[in-house]
Parts: sequence; C-alpha cells; structure tokens
Amino acid sequence: MAFITANWNPLGEAFYRKIELYEMGWSLRDGLKDCLVAAAPYGGPIALLRQPQRPSSSARPQLEIYSSSGTNMASFPWKSGPVRQLGWTVCDDLLCIQEDGTVLIYDLFGAFKRHFSMGNEVVQNQMLEAKVFHSPYGTGVAIVTGASRFTLATNIDDLKLRRLPEVPGLQGAPSCWAVLTQDRQTKVLLANGADLYILDNTSCTPVTPPGLSPQACSIVNMAVSFSYKYLALFTDSGHLWMGSANLKDKLSEVDTKVRTPPKQMVWCRRPKSQQPSVVIMWDRLLLVAGECTDTIQYTLDEESVCVAELDGVRIVGGSRHELLQEVPSACQDIFKIASMAPGALLLEAHKEYDKSSQKADEYLREIKEQSVLGEAVRQCVEAAGYEHEPETQKTLLRAASFGKCFLSNYPPEPFVSMCRDLKVLNAVRDYTVGIPLTHTQYKQMTVQVLIDRLVYRKLYPLAIEICRYLKTPEYQGVSRVLKHWACCAFCQTGVNFLDDMGPIMSGENQTLHSTVRTSYQRSMVTYLKNEMNRGDFFMTLRNQPVALSLYRQFCKHQEQDTLKDLFNQDDDHQELGNFYVKASYKEKKLEARLSLLQSAVDEYNKAKNEFAAKATEEEMKLLRFQRRLDEEKGEALLGLSLQETLHALLTSNFHKQAEQLYRDFRVPDKRYWWLKLTALAEKDDWEEMEKFAKSKKSPIGYLPFVEVCVKQHNKYEAKKYVSKVTPEQKVKAHLAIGDLEGAAEAAIDRRSEGEISTVLSRCSPTTDRALLERLNRARSTASKK
Amino acid sequence: MMHTTASSHLTLPTVRAKMSAHLSYGRVNLNILREAARKELREFLDKCAGSKAIVWDEYLTGPFGLIAQYSLLKEHEVEKMFTLKGGRLPAADVKNIIFFVRPRLELMDIIAENVISEDKMHSPRDFHILFVPRRSMLCEQRLKEQGVLGSLINIDEYILDLIPYDGDLLSMESEGAFRECYLESDQTSLYHTAKGLMTLQALYGTIPQIFGKGECARHVANMMLRMKREFAGSQTQILPVFDSLLLLDRNIDLLTPLATQLTYEGLIDEVYGITNGYVKLPPEKFAAQKKQVEVGKDLPTEPKKMQLNSAEELYAEIRDKNFNAIGAALSKKAKIISAAFEERHNAKTVGEIKQFVSQLPHMQAARSSLANHTSIAELIKDITTSEAFFDNLTVEQEFMTGVDTDKVNTYIEDCIAQKDPLIKILRLVCMQSVCNNGLKQKILDYYKREILQTYGYEHMLTLNNLEKTGLLKPQTSTRNNYPTIRKTLKLWMEDANEQNPNDISYVYSGYAPLSIRLTQVLARPGWRSIEEVLKMLPGPHFEERQQLPAGLHKKRQQGENRTTLVFFLGGVTYAEIAALRFLSQMEDGGTEYIIATTKLINGTSWIKSLMDRPEAP
Repeated sequence: MAFITANWNPLGEAFYRKIELYEMGWSLRDGLKDCLVAAAPYGGPIALLRQPQRPSSSARPQLEIYSSSGTNMASFPWKSGPVRQLGWTVCDDLLCIQEDGTVLIYDLFGAFKRHFSMGNEVVQNQMLEAKVFHSPYGTGVAIVTGASRFTLATNIDDLKLRRLPEVPGLQGAPSCWAVLTQDRQTKVLLANGADLYILDNTSCTPVTPPGLSPQACSIVNMAVSFSYKYLALFTDSGHLWMGSANLKDKLSEVDTKVRTPPKQMVWCRRPKSQQPSVVIMWDRLLLVAGECTDTIQYTLDEESVCVAELDGVRIVGGSRHELLQEVPSACQDIFKIASMAPGALLLEAHKEYDKSSQKADEYLREIKEQSVLGEAVRQCVEAAGYEHEPETQKTLLRAASFGKCFLSNYPPEPFVSMCRDLKVLNAVRDYTVGIPLTHTQYKQMTVQVLIDRLVYRKLYPLAIEICRYLKTPEYQGVSRVLKHWACCAFCQTGVNFLDDMGPIMSGENQTLHSTVRTSYQRSMVTYLKNEMNRGDFFMTLRNQPVALSLYRQFCKHQEQDTLKDLFNQDDDHQELGNFYVKASYKEKKLEARLSLLQSAVDEYNKAKNEFAAKATEEEMKLLRFQRRLDEEKGEALLGLSLQETLHALLTSNFHKQAEQLYRDFRVPDKRYWWLKLTALAEKDDWEEMEKFAKSKKSPIGYLPFVEVCVKQHNKYEAKKYVSKVTPEQKVKAHLAIGDLEGAAEAAIDRRSEGEISTVLSRCSPTTDRALLERLNRARSTASKK
Repeated sequence: MMHTTASSHLTLPTVRAKMSAHLSYGRVNLNILREAARKELREFLDKCAGSKAIVWDEYLTGPFGLIAQYSLLKEHEVEKMFTLKGGRLPAADVKNIIFFVRPRLELMDIIAENVISEDKMHSPRDFHILFVPRRSMLCEQRLKEQGVLGSLINIDEYILDLIPYDGDLLSMESEGAFRECYLESDQTSLYHTAKGLMTLQALYGTIPQIFGKGECARHVANMMLRMKREFAGSQTQILPVFDSLLLLDRNIDLLTPLATQLTYEGLIDEVYGITNGYVKLPPEKFAAQKKQVEVGKDLPTEPKKMQLNSAEELYAEIRDKNFNAIGAALSKKAKIISAAFEERHNAKTVGEIKQFVSQLPHMQAARSSLANHTSIAELIKDITTSEAFFDNLTVEQEFMTGVDTDKVNTYIEDCIAQKDPLIKILRLVCMQSVCNNGLKQKILDYYKREILQTYGYEHMLTLNNLEKTGLLKPQTSTRNNYPTIRKTLKLWMEDANEQNPNDISYVYSGYAPLSIRLTQVLARPGWRSIEEVLKMLPGPHFEERQQLPAGLHKKRQQGENRTTLVFFLGGVTYAEIAALRFLSQMEDGGTEYIIATTKLINGTSWIKSLMDRPEAP
C-alpha cells in the first residue's frame, strides 16, 4: 500500500497522479505518427486516419476505429475526399470533416450513416481548420475557411448553419481558436497575433485578457475547460495565462520557460479542484502547470494525444493509455504519508485488525475519541470510488465496512451504492469492453447513458446484466436494451425476423429471453412503421400474420386511414366493405353516407359477398325512402330499421307507403302480419284489425290476434278471434283471455294429458272445484290411453 | 363529477379473514397466489412515498376487488380514489397521484390531460402509472408524444394475470379474450395466459403433463415450453401440486355457452349477470328482510349488490345444483336452521346456553343467507316458470337433440317479428347453426335478412363477426357431424336427474357440455378412445411432458386423487364449472379439478363481446 503515492507529484498544495489505464491492444507500426486522431470523452472510442506509407495516387488512407483499450472495431480504406478533422458525437458517431466542408457520419462499426455539408462557401474556398464541440444542444461543428470566415453548426442533428461576421485584418487561419458556449450562445474565440476577438452571431468584438503579461507578441494556443468556464492562453513568450472564459478574472499566470508552440493544451481540472491547472504537450514533454511557479514535467517517449475529461486528462499513446489527474482530496487525506485524517486512521486500524493486532483497537479508539468514525467511513467509501485498482477499492471498502460495525445508525445507502457502482465500473473498464470511466464521469453521464453506450457497442448481454444488477426499471433497462438489440438483429436478418425471433434469441444470445416476444413484435412493428416507407412496410407485414394482426389492432384504434390502405394493399375487399360501412355511420350528412355505402357495395361485390352487397343496397334504398317521406310528410324516420319504419308508417296511417315498402323489400308475409297486427292494436284500431283478420287467411294463425288484444287489455276483442284459432292452440287462446271453462273444454276435447295439466295448474282449489274434478277425471282417462 | 368515494369502487367485506378464507379451503390453496399478488401491490404502493390518491381505470376496480380491499390500500396511505376521466383531477390533498390503468392508448390521452392540467396549476405532486397487466411501449410512446412522460416518476406494471376468484377457480377477467383470439387474431391474451401459468408453476410447482385441444391451446403450450427452456436453471424446487394441465380452446365447443344454463348460479348469471363475483339484484324482494315496520314506507331503489362465492356456506352448497332442486334444498336448510334455533329451549345449563349463544352469530348469518337466497330463487322462479322461458328452452333442446335443425325455425321467426332482444335471437340462430354444422345458404341468408330488416342494417358487421368466429356458418359439406359427436360423447342424456344427479348433463337438464365431456374422457379412459371425434373438432390435440427436477416426482398414495387444472381459453360458463365440480366430487372420479379461464362468460355476455355497434351520428 505504501507505493500508492509513488506516482504522486506535488504541485503547490495539490498532488497529481498519472496512472496507466491500458496497455494498448492495437499494433500500430509507427504509433500515432502521421495519424489524424480523435478520441471521444468519457472513455469513448478512438478513431485514427492513417496516411498511406508511400504517398502515391493510388494509395488510400486507412480509417480505423478502436475502443479505448485498442480493440479494433472497424477498419476500412478511406475512399472519399481528403479529411481535415475527425470528431465524435455524443451518441458515439464518428464525424469525418472533409476539405470541401462535407461531413460524413459513421457509426462505431464504420457503417456509413449519412452526410451533410457545411455550406457552399467552403466548397469554393476550402476549409482550413475544423473543430467538433459538445454543448447542451448536442454535438456541433465549427470551421474556418480559406477566406478566413467561420461557419458554425450548433447541433448536427438539427442542422442550421451560421456564418459568423468577418474578423478585421485576419488573413488565412487565426493563430489559434476555440469554441465557447456562453449565455446559451455559441461563440468563437480567436487570436490573430496578439489580438483576441470574440465572434458571435452578429459581431466581432476585440477583447483583452486581464493581466496578460506584456512580453507576448502572439497567442499561440488556447484551451477551454470541459465546462466552458475556464480559458487558458499560451503565448510565444512561454507564458501560460489562466482565467475565466468570460475574460473577467485572471486565475494565475505561469512562465513555462518553453517558447515552442505546444502541440496540444488541455485543462486538467476536477469538480472541487484545489487549483486550476493545464496540461501542455510538446513533442517529448508533458507539463502540468497550476497556480504556483512550479510545474510537473513528464517525458513523453512516444507520439501521444491528450483527451480532456471532466476530471482529468487521458493521454493516449502508441503503446499506452494513461490518466493524469489531480489526486482527489479524499485520497490525499487517506494515503498522504503520515496523514492523521480519520479515514487514514480507519484504514490503518483495519490493517492491524487483519493482522490480529491489538493496535487496531488503539487506532479505533483514537477515531472514536474524536467522534469522527462516521467521517472516516465516509472518506474510505469516497476514496474507493476514486481508485482504479480493484484491490485498492476492496481495501478501502473493507475498512469502511469494518468501521461501520462500530456505528449504530450509519446509513447503509452510500456504502451499498458505491459497491454497486464500482462493480459496474470495473466491468466496463475491463480490457474487453474498454470504457475507462471514472466514478465522477459515471455519475455525471448516468447509468442510462452508459447503457446506451454499451448498446451502441452491441454489448447487449453486459448491458442487460448491468440493468438487472442495478435493478433498473425494466422499461429503462432490459426492455430498452432488448429493443435496440431487436432492431439491430432485425436489420441484419431481414423480414423473417419477426417469426424467427425465438430461435435467434436462444441461439445467439442466451441471456435474452423471449417472454418479450409479443411485446417486442409490437415494438418492432412500430419501429418498422416509422423507419420504412409504407409500401415496403405493408409488404413486409403481409408475410407476418401475428405482426399484421397487431398492427391492425393498432390502426383500428389509432389510424383508421392506414387501416384502409392496409386492406387495399391486401385486396381484402370484405374488410374494406366493412370499413366503409363503419365509416358511413360516423357520417352525419346523408349524401356522404350514401356514397360511403356505395363504396361498400362495390367492395362487397368485388369480395363476391353477394348477400352483403345486396343488404347494403337495401339499406341505401331504405335511407332514400326515409328521407323522401321525412321531407314530404314531416316524419322522422331516418335511421330507423325497416321494421321500425313499417311500424311507424302503420301507426301513422300511411298504409299505402307501408304496403309499398313491404313489397319492395320483400318482407315475409308472416312478419308483415305480425307488424300490422301489433300496430293496429297499439292504436286501438279494432275495426281495421277485424277487417285485416278477414282479408285473407292469416299466415301466423289467429292466436297472435288473441294475444295481442289481451296485451292491449282488450279481452272483448280478443274473444272474437278465439274461435278462429287452430285446435292445437285453443287451450292457450282460452287461457289467454282467462276463460278457464273454455280452456278445460278444449283440453278435454283433445284428450291431451299435458294440456289438461296446464289448465289444472291454473285452477284454484276453492273456486273451481267442479272444474278441477272434471279435469282430473279427464286426465286419468287420458293417461290410461 | 366522477369524484367517487372509495367504497363505491371496492365494496368489499370489511373482515379481511372472510374475504380470502374461501380460497384456502380447496384442494389447492389459491390464497398463496392472492398473497403473492397483494405483496406486489404493497411493494408498488410503498415505492411512492407519502399520501396518495389512486385514479382508477374503472374496468380494473372489479378485478382488483378480488385481490385487495380498501383497507389494504388505506394502510399504505391511499387517501382518495377517483375514476379516470378527462379534464382536471378532483381536488385532493395528497403527495402522489397514481394511475391504475390498462395499457390502452385512449387512456393515455386522458392521463395526459390530467397531468397537463395539474401542471398548469403548479401543483407539487408526483405522478405514477401502474399498468395492469403489462406496460406497453406504444402507450409510453403516446405519453411521450403528449409531452407528459417526463412528469411520471414511476411507471410500473402490475402483472395480474390469473386472479383467484374462488377456492377452485382462477380467472384472468379479460373480457375481450375470445374476440381478440378468434376474431382479431391478436394473441396478446394468450401470451398473458402463458405468463400466468408460469407464475402459477413458480408457486405450485412444474405441471408434469400438459394436454390440449385447439389452436390457441397449442400456442399457449408452445409459449410455456419455450419460457421454461429459457428459465432453465431457475427451476422451482416445489413439489408439484398439479398433476396435469388441460388447455381447451373455447372454439372447440361453441355450443355450450349458447345454451341457457340451468344451475342456480348459472341462472343468476343468465338473468342478472355476475361481474367480478358480484351480482346486482332488483331490491324489492330484499326490502322486507330488514325491518318489518318499514315495509312499503320507502322501498329501496338502489339495486341490491351481493357477493357470491363459496365463503358463504349455503351458497357453496346450492350454487351448482340444477335450479329445479333448489326449492327442496332451501326448505331442507330452513328446517335445519329453525331446528338449530329451537335448540335454545333445550339449553338448560349455563354451559349449554353459553354454547348456544356462541353459535348464534353463525346461525344468524345462516338465516340471513337463507333469506337472501330464498328471495333470489323466487326472483328466478318467476322467470323460469314464464312461457317465454319455457318456449325458448324447448327450442334450444330441440336443436341440441337435432330436431329440425335444417329448417327455418318458426319460434325464431316469431321472436324476430316481435322484436325480442337481438342477443336472444343471435344465441338461437348460432345454436341452430352449430348444431347443424352450418346452415344451408338459403336459410342462413333468410335469418340474416330478417335480422337486418328488423334490427337495422348496422348489425351486418356483427353478423360478419359471428361468421368469422364460426358461430354462424354456411354448410359446406353435406355431412352434418354434430349427431356423431353428440352420440359418441353422449351429449344428450334423456333421463337427466336434476335432483340427485349421476351425470354432468344435469347442469343443462339433459345436455352434457362438450368441453366437460372431453375433460371427463381424458381422465378416463383417455382421448385415444375418441380420436375420430377429436378430429372433427377444430385445431390439434396434443400431449406434452415437462421434466421435473430429480426428487420432485410425486409418489401417489393408493386411492389419492389426481389434480388437474383445466384452462378454458376464451371463457367458461358457470354451468361448465358446476359440471367440473360435480366430477371432482364423484366418489370414483379419481380426479379433482381446478378451473382457470380468461373470463367467466354466458351466452349473452359472450355474443355481446362479438358485437360491433357503429356509433350513430
């Protein structure tokens, strides 16, 4: 443990440390020499554009994409125009900015996605320099052209090109420049010799950094901090000026005593840094400068690139990948030699405890006497988060856990979540994954984004495991990963995917399971719908019965018109007919309604559904008839069924019209008789009823006449029809009018045991005694037979 | 204003023990499932710290009532309950608003409206959504489009697949399942079924044997087997409670639900409709019970709501009897109860009196239960003795026995002419079609035309749906195989004994439900004996075996019954359940049945679910 501080270097009050993240897995013959390099922050991927060994007209540069540990993810010869700048978007897409201002976008695996142009002016004047930058609005691109003009795009996903005003006196490229985001505006800060300007949308303002040493004739390099809050300027006199990005305050100025313009300069801060500091890189030298006059110097033995991070600087070289950062105060407190901080004592106590030494108790007592045990635990937990080596993490966490035993109500949350975080971090830092995130970066970027990054890298099983481990809600976690996976798998396997999902799942990826099948078919359908053009989409669906029916359900609720197109595509005339019928009921205007029904008729005919076509024609005929009568006679028939219409006509004495409908619609006689009978009874038109009964032989017999009259409480009229009822129904008819005697008579006549019993059940034992006896006798004879 | 109080949503017995005790009595303790569901609900509620109001998708209140009563919610700081409705939420002084909803897009729009109007008022509330039974990407997408996804703190799903409905009965309470599966080929509910069965196996052990008949059954079995493969390794080490599972498609037996159920419970459902274990009855008959004095003073106008399940001793005894045996059963019970009350005259010693008194509450409950059921039976008797009921039943039985199924039926004609309720007509016409293996084109068209002219042309869509599901169909082959099926499976028993049944046919006074016959034959002598008939019914029949972990093989005791879970995909009727219970109780049956279904249905609710009513302008 003693050697933990071995790689610490003091700078003023603070310490800096440089730790190795990876030995790079790539094998580059000449290291990073003659390479255009872009490495994404947050431990992102690295892109290299290597110039051909022998410059000849046929040789092409090679574009290669690697993980932070140097694992190759893509590699292909560059066949487009000359590239000036590479950069990464926040979504891990690679931007290749060409001389002519064309920006080509590739995914992590080198698949071309799309391209856009930075404007016509660039085409003519060529681009001199370009920078890729990140802001809350997304990833942006800024360029300066041969005409010394700047063009900005703040968000490449919502491309709006802004041409900035001219800079007075500027010819060719500025000596150095940077993009700033201030007051929600993106600006360019540039130096032309010793002059400094801020360019915004409308103006070019000369500015002076407060207290910049007067020896300088030219500002040769500048750097803006990760948060856009701080600015560093490097002058040809070897002075490094540090201040706020708004140029209002100066933080410090250091004479580096190196006058060569640096190759790269980046801020090296961390949230809650003890001092501002900047890392400057020359060919063989790496220098850290802060507030004090001292600097830290490292020799560089290979061509390297600095990558600014939220809490430090990563140095990527041909063989190594390192992290340079200010040692966080929690680590300083614990590991600084002879530190008496609570955390340091606790660590010591635990060490002794492991050795079964009684000194453990002494240390513990000391902490407890000062009642700083809680603080000690907190420090150990925090420091564990900053350590890269799992062994050191474990040591610190064990000490924290040990300390916790002596505290009665220490909240378990921080400890538990740190353990979880570290487990995740160690997993993604693993060489095979190659995302060297620090705890601070991880917290800043959030789990969701980390999951996204893993998904972009197609590391689905790991992503799912992390989601499960962190118990991320299904929809943010596992489901989301599966969705991405499904989309990706789909693109690779084509349309059979929807049905083949099961086999793929169990075959290729055992951590995935198909319980998601149905719901993912659903999401696949939505996904496809948005991604494909409609014709292709429908054609795709056609072969997928399950997906098709799901999509139909969706349309039924959401997109009626799409539903129609879908039926059209399938030549499903029956469903199209139904569709028009449904639509017709939503239509208020009769004409429109009729025309929809006509369309339905046409479709039904095409579907060879003769019945439906005819019925719909009938419906149209009825509607027209109703409208005519409504107009002529002021009835309100529209919308009634045929039966209801007839009933309305019959009760309002439109017998002629009723007759006409009856004939036109070929209403069966039986039903028409029922209808007329009830209508007449309802309006007490007994005379008409009698006439009607005599008009011809009733197709429904005469029992209904009896019953309908009784229903209208007219037993007198009912009686008239009893005699006409067929013998089988006589008993029923007599009973209907309450004539027990008659019913008994009829039943006995017919010698039907059942009917006699029916009548018997209606007799009361007190009032109908004679009848009862008679019936009982008749029944016994009937049963003997 | 939809501001409803809690009690109107979840009118549940206040005594918790009573609520769930009946679930534990059966052969399989279904209370375990209920407890698992309750635990999950509590966990979700505790995720939203502080006071809460629940906004209910009204459809869910019924099923939820079977899982948790208001007291449970109250224990977890649920202070208010509302019904989901557009516009602004009613005022409530709570920290959390939780929406309990089905994953339906139209409901998402309402939620968005609620949330946006709350946001406008800057109320410092947390919003959450609990999707039942599954969350849906489409819905979340919709919420995102509406711009409210970000305002929702917790979005979760509450997997309520199989709800314990009674001691031997599980239901998914999914109304649309039949329609979705057989009309719209939407298999979502089958997926839920498979998931539900996996949950069940996690709690009650792997079911070693799976039998099935029908397309959907095959599909569910496939999904189950696949899920099991994928979960391999995380197998439960539970001794299997179920010996076998039988999956049955509703469409292999379209006839049974069309017939009028003739058991007591079946008739209550036919006449008044049982929803989520509750029935609403006309109040008049129940008025007199409370206080004799108040009779006629003010008759209650609110329907009387009663819970029906086997927790009620008397109901458990009579629910599955043929209605014609109810009178005798009730009067026997009346005698027993009054005899028990008479006991008080014999109670001489203090000890005896004490014992008598201790039994009083139980006796009083029994007496009031008896009074209730006497009233219900009277209500139903009024209907069953009516001529209309008799005529209808006569026609049904003619169809089921194959009388004149190939002709236009005069009774149906007359009913149409008198514009009887459409569903009644549809039930009869469909029944005729099913019993004739389709109707002659001419007859079918005649019926359809009669229906359209009488009830309106808009019902063409409904008729179309019925044809798609096979309930109505034109005869394609000249051979009607229904008589063969009827004879082989003995679907019609001339001498059905309603009082002391010796065969399942008592539940329809003569007709033995096809689905249950299949179940019965499977148990003994096995389906091999009826291969021919099985081939006539739609869809494949199959048998699958699931490997049990070593050491979990059940050693059956001599004479120990097998336990079979019968799952009806697309719904089951109370009469069918009664028939299965009858089989369970048969002395030499050898099998006890637990019943599961997507929904409890009767002919009316079933046909209704297949109807399309275009909205009139």
